[in-house]
Amino acid sequence: MPIQYYIYFCLALFSIGVVGVLTRRNAIIVFMCIELMLNAVNLLLVAFSKMYNGIALQNGASVTAGIDAQIFVFFIMVVAAAEVSIGLAIIVMMYRNTHSIDINFLNRLKN
Amino acid sequence: MNALEIIFYALSAFALVCAIMVLISKNPIHSVLWLILVFFAISGHYILLNAQFLAIVNIIVYAGAIMVLFLFVIMLINVKKDSEPQKQLFVKFIGVIAGGSFLTLTISLIKQAQPLIGKTVLLKEGTIGLIHPLGKALFNDYVVPFEISSVLFLSAMVGAVLIGKK
Repeated sequence: MPIQYYIYFCLALFSIGVVGVLTRRNAIIVFMCIELMLNAVNLLLVAFSKMYNGIALQNGASVTAGIDAQIFVFFIMVVAAAEVSIGLAIIVMMYRNTHSIDINFLNRLKN
Repeated sequence: MNALEIIFYALSAFALVCAIMVLISKNPIHSVLWLILVFFAISGHYILLNAQFLAIVNIIVYAGAIMVLFLFVIMLINVKKDSEPQKQLFVKFIGVIAGGSFLTLTISLIKQAQPLIGKTVLLKEGTIGLIHPLGKALFNDYVVPFEISSVLFLSAMVGAVLIGKK
């Protein structure tokens, strides 16, 4: 499978996430679109790691070439889990203060 | 077209349709359920790439833990189905135009990229996605980041409790 197909697919997923962040006003949906963008990047990292592993196997180099990308994906998942817990706590606090999860309420930070 | 390509195209189409449904469904709970389907499709992609550890971790962490957290919060704050104020149609149109132009621009760049021509992804083969090599790399070369990530989790837990208690 050519690497370009994986790049196109991940770019499409990422763009859907971007459109969601730009067009929705519900803070939870915006947050879910950010998760979607993170997942697209994770899939692309794994695809590139398999690409470099295939090249290394052809050249007779070490069998574990490209394993760092998968470790990176693991750490991205760890950071995403921590980020989601904090973000949802902030959304709950925002709902308690304003009784709405409309992100347009947040523009009061401007003044 | 062999079986692997058919599986790739089917999983990709399924993931894209579910991702679009996340955007256009009005009810936030439906959005969460569609997003869980996207994560399962991405786990299928990981299995196709023989990254079995990441596939299982993706299901457990994303579809299992994070999405349950989202569902909890949505049920906790009891969002009405029709209460979400919509953005103006003009703003939505601009958003779609911005995302679409980003997509077309990057796709045209990737099409011209010389270093990527002829490179293929190893499907179904290779051992780097299995637990044994990943565990060796994680606990030999990446021990310090692993321990630091546990400190990060602790601080996130303390922060969530602090923010939620107010």
